[in-house]
Amino acid sequence: MLLIACPWCGPRPENEFHYGGEAGIARPPDPSAVDDAAWADFLYMRSNPKGRHKERWRHQFGCGRFFNATRDTVTDRISGTAKP
Amino acid sequence: MEFSLFSLVRQAFGGAAWPRQWRDAEPKPAYDVVIVGAGGHGLATAYYLAKEHGIRDIAVLDKGWLGGGNTGRNTTIIRSNYLRDESAAIYEHALKLWETLSQDLNYNVMYSPRGVMMLAHNEHDIRVFKRHVHANRLQGIDNEWLTAEQAKAFCPPLHIGGDARYPVLGAALQRRGGVARHDAVAWGYARAASAMGVDIVQNCEVTGIFRNIEGAVTGVDTTRGTIQAGKVAVVAAGHTSVLMGMAGVRMPLESFPLQALVSEPVKPIMPCVVMSNTVHAYISQSDKGELVIGAGTDSYISYSQAGGLHIASHTLAAVCELFPSFRRLRMLRNWGGIVDVTPDRSPIVGLTPVPGLFVNCGWGTGGFKATPGSGHVFAATVARGEPHPIAAPFSLDRFRTGHPIDEAAAAAVSH
Ligand SMILES: Cc1cc2nc3c(=O)[nH]c(=O)nc-3n(C[C@H](O)[C@H](O)[C@H](O)COP(=O)(O)OP(=O)(O)OC[C@H]3O[C@@H](n4cnc5c(N)ncnc54)[C@H](O)[C@@H]3O)c2cc1C
Ligand SMILES: [Zn+2]
Repeated sequence: MLLIACPWCGPRPENEFHYGGEAGIARPPDPSAVDDAAWADFLYMRSNPKGRHKERWRHQFGCGRFFNATRDTVTDRISGTAKP
Repeated sequence: MEFSLFSLVRQAFGGAAWPRQWRDAEPKPAYDVVIVGAGGHGLATAYYLAKEHGIRDIAVLDKGWLGGGNTGRNTTIIRSNYLRDESAAIYEHALKLWETLSQDLNYNVMYSPRGVMMLAHNEHDIRVFKRHVHANRLQGIDNEWLTAEQAKAFCPPLHIGGDARYPVLGAALQRRGGVARHDAVAWGYARAASAMGVDIVQNCEVTGIFRNIEGAVTGVDTTRGTIQAGKVAVVAAGHTSVLMGMAGVRMPLESFPLQALVSEPVKPIMPCVVMSNTVHAYISQSDKGELVIGAGTDSYISYSQAGGLHIASHTLAAVCELFPSFRRLRMLRNWGGIVDVTPDRSPIVGLTPVPGLFVNCGWGTGGFKATPGSGHVFAATVARGEPHPIAAPFSLDRFRTGHPIDEAAAAAVSH
């Protein structure tokens, strides 16, 4: 179980949190302006890296807030968390 | 050498040691086809390419040892009672091949159709499973609805009682479903492919994919030197995003650790396979007597091949409730594999935007059962350069064209 530092509440066990997927994926502001490939990229394509990953977490059973974390997907070590 | 009753008897009475079953090949500078990943799917692809398409100048490269990925880490549940016609077609294609695979390979893969029973614990489960039973009947695939009492009769150690937090309300049973010996599947395909001239190269990690000025694939870079290739087929399960990234292709995949455990061995007690998606437990008994238990994935992507202990203990709690007589069993080992999960929980088998580059991935938590069928249709796809009809719906392009094959809602989380 990971120990995750909520930027508001401090270190808490993983089961208080909900994983929110890759960070920094922005919905195209005008969906009908982009082609199918760009839309599929937004909806489905993920970088899924072996190494440093920027991701979102939500402190579901705590303060309820979203935040960003940087984690190494090989060691699972979290190098930092930050308010969004 | 050919396995037969005769050869077994001869060997039992002091024959020489069994010979090596496949060649541990050194990489050559060039091949017609390079397959990346010597798991069951990659080896089966090589086998059918050689056997049915006359392509024998093939290398299967693996960064570790043959069958050391998810093929050697899974709980070996085999069934074909999926919801969508496309899925039923590919998994049933595989199931039919399982039925004769040992004879075909001349290698005992210990396919045992002992029945796979999926438990319903609430009204939603009942409706979903009955829908599956009806869909499967239309597809010509066996799947039947059992009452809780019938489920108990089929699997006596199962506790269906009303005092459980999630009592068993019924079950869907596929009698032709079952298990096979995972290692034997990898070994059997490796042996048969190697005998036809396929090079299986272990400890050879692919670190780059070369493309020419037109963008077409020309070969791979590896920890054992560069290898030219007419075609490259990536069959790397949890590492597919990493490999496809080497060719500049982004994938609709996320990699998660998935865990399994085995208990100490006991006398035969589990006659079938029992799955419960709702309480998250998958259990059968191996021929050695160990209970083989499948747990869930971690919630976050990872390549750590371990997984959190709380995931495994959650499953053990569910198993203890479903099978109270197992409560005092000790667990011997637990491990994880990295599974590649697609948004619609269906695999990707086919062409890529890069000429000469093919991909077979996205089998996620449930691709062992598909091994023969996947290798068979993928070999045809690689050989002809166009998708085999059964593989066609599983194109990478379906995410762009808007034709996902949604087994996620249908199959809950796992397979
Ligand atoms: C715990 C667990 C339980 C499961 N239970 C079931 C089940 O009950 N039923 C079911 O149907 N499925 C199950 N699955 C899923 C099933 O195991 C997989 O879908 C299937 O085995 C995938 O086979 P594969 O050959 O594609 O992948 P793998 O066997 O993982 O083979 C991929 C190979 O690629 C190699 N590779 C990766 N990167 C590189 C590189 N850069 N260079 C060279 N080689 C590379 C790896 O070393 C690996 O050997 C389970 C999986 C796990 C982890
Ligand atoms: Zn918090």
